[in-house]
Amino acid sequence: MESLYAITTGVLSACGLYLMLRGRTFPVVVGLTLLSYAVNLFLFSMGGLTTHGAAIIDGDRHYADPLPQALVLTAIVIGFAMTAFAVILAMRARGDMGNDHVDGRTREDREEGRR
Amino acid sequence: MSQHLIVLPIVLPLLAGVILLRSRLGGTRLKRRLGVGATLLLVLVSALLLARAADGEIAYYALGDWQPPFGIVLVLDRLSALLVLLTSVLALGCVIFACGGDDEQGSNFHGLFQLQLMGINGAFLTGDLFNLFVFFEVLLLASYALLLHGGGKSRTQAAVHYVVLNLAGSALFLIAVGTLYGATGTLNMADMAVRLGELPAERTGLVTAGALLLLVVFGLKSAILPLYFWLPRAYSAAPAPVAALFAIMTKVGVYAILRVYSLVFGEQAGDLAALQQPWVWWLSLATLAVATLGVLAARDLRLLVAYLVLVSVGTLLAGVGMGSVEATASLLYYLVHTTLITGGLFLLAEMIGLQRGKAGTRIVKGRPLTQGGALALLFLGGAIAVAGLPPLSGAIGKALLLDAATHAQQPWLWPLLLASGLSAMIALSRAGSTLFWRSQQGERDGEPLPRQHWIGVSLLLAASPLLVALAGPISDYTHATAEQLANPDAVVRTLLSDAGDAS
Repeated sequence: MESLYAITTGVLSACGLYLMLRGRTFPVVVGLTLLSYAVNLFLFSMGGLTTHGAAIIDGDRHYADPLPQALVLTAIVIGFAMTAFAVILAMRARGDMGNDHVDGRTREDREEGRR
Repeated sequence: MSQHLIVLPIVLPLLAGVILLRSRLGGTRLKRRLGVGATLLLVLVSALLLARAADGEIAYYALGDWQPPFGIVLVLDRLSALLVLLTSVLALGCVIFACGGDDEQGSNFHGLFQLQLMGINGAFLTGDLFNLFVFFEVLLLASYALLLHGGGKSRTQAAVHYVVLNLAGSALFLIAVGTLYGATGTLNMADMAVRLGELPAERTGLVTAGALLLLVVFGLKSAILPLYFWLPRAYSAAPAPVAALFAIMTKVGVYAILRVYSLVFGEQAGDLAALQQPWVWWLSLATLAVATLGVLAARDLRLLVAYLVLVSVGTLLAGVGMGSVEATASLLYYLVHTTLITGGLFLLAEMIGLQRGKAGTRIVKGRPLTQGGALALLFLGGAIAVAGLPPLSGAIGKALLLDAATHAQQPWLWPLLLASGLSAMIALSRAGSTLFWRSQQGERDGEPLPRQHWIGVSLLLAASPLLVALAGPISDYTHATAEQLANPDAVVRTLLSDAGDAS
């Protein structure tokens, strides 16, 4: 299970990173979302991966670390709000700037400026 | 009551913010009164906290009475008390300035402003690494909305970069916190410090990775060299009172570096002690050099002040990188000075821009200013203070830092710091002569500025002569703060050995 988990996290963050470096706002927002998924998975695994364990410490019986679960919950909530904000911001930037490039101008604009 | 005082700098702005965000709440007058009143109260509370922390006692507040290391704690020591007071004084100047009309250019200014204060105060007070992340997010969310206050193309564009970068930074923060938790099994900073002392050797690499990742995050917040590119644009595009409040945001990053690496990675951490030192030292010097060039190249007064913020970040982090008690003491004195003065200069730049019509804050010839005399006087005072000329506080702060450098550090720090002062002087005198002397053609038809603008700016700029007059007591306090920071054992003992509530 560990290797599958690690590969999933790695692939998610690689995809997120690649999309985040794109030039248009939509892939950037999707990239941020993927990265936050990867981070949530990573955070969850930091207490050790336990199968069939309750998140309650009851003597020395088999249990899952409850703290990362609480942290992930917080991170999900914050990430959700942030994503919503980023989407709205991207839409507003599209409206204000007339295009969806992160620098507010398209390649044609830049080439025109160079001439 | 008095034991609950520690949590007030967080609860007070939260309550005020929630009330102010109610859409049906009265008119502008009421909102302004509430906003200013809440901030005044905050100044009072933080002054009380400072008086309490001044005798060296470390107090903590266990939220929900869950005792450390399991519950979340707020820790009050000299450093956090000083920074909370600094935040509230800066905020008072900004909020009074905003009442001059900036708050009506968009909706919900005062509510968001209070929530931002809550985030900043929380970040200064918390003793828990994950809680630090949460408060960072609170202050960032409020700052995103405040940056966009009033709208406009340049703000939207600056906000896109600022938001995306900070979201990526938050992801890194979570990875770093997760790694440190995985390696040490705790999130309480004092407890983490103890656990690092008995860390199994095979986990050293993991902790090093986590610690340096944290440095990247804090470096992004404080705008250190490879991570500062968002700052000049965001700060020069933000509405003036917001830009002035942002002057403390880079200091949140500096504070986080100072706090985490002095407490968690102190001497008890063995091989891991002070692992950030070389990075912070060299990068801060590079930041100083680049910011010096930026100051000389800026063609807009607001951009110029934004680069001056960057100079102050480089200077402060160089103090962190020196890593001695004297350096920390002098950097704290410089921090108080630079936060208030750069904040004041942002406000002043807005006032000058308002009276120049189309030319705005660009450093070009324009119409003469209606109230040019008074503005020029304030500009002169602010420029002297920020460039570090005697007799104002910048000179004392820089002299203390220069003095604190060891022989090995002097050849690097002295030329860079002095050159940055010189270039600030050149750039500011060039800007001043263009704005006030060479702008003589045309009508003086700018509206007289509202009273609130004058009060807000004078409040912040008056800090400089005050810091000179009280230089003795303040540097005694910062010296005591630096000594407290150098002995993290006291915090650890207070937090981890007490059974009952120490406050």
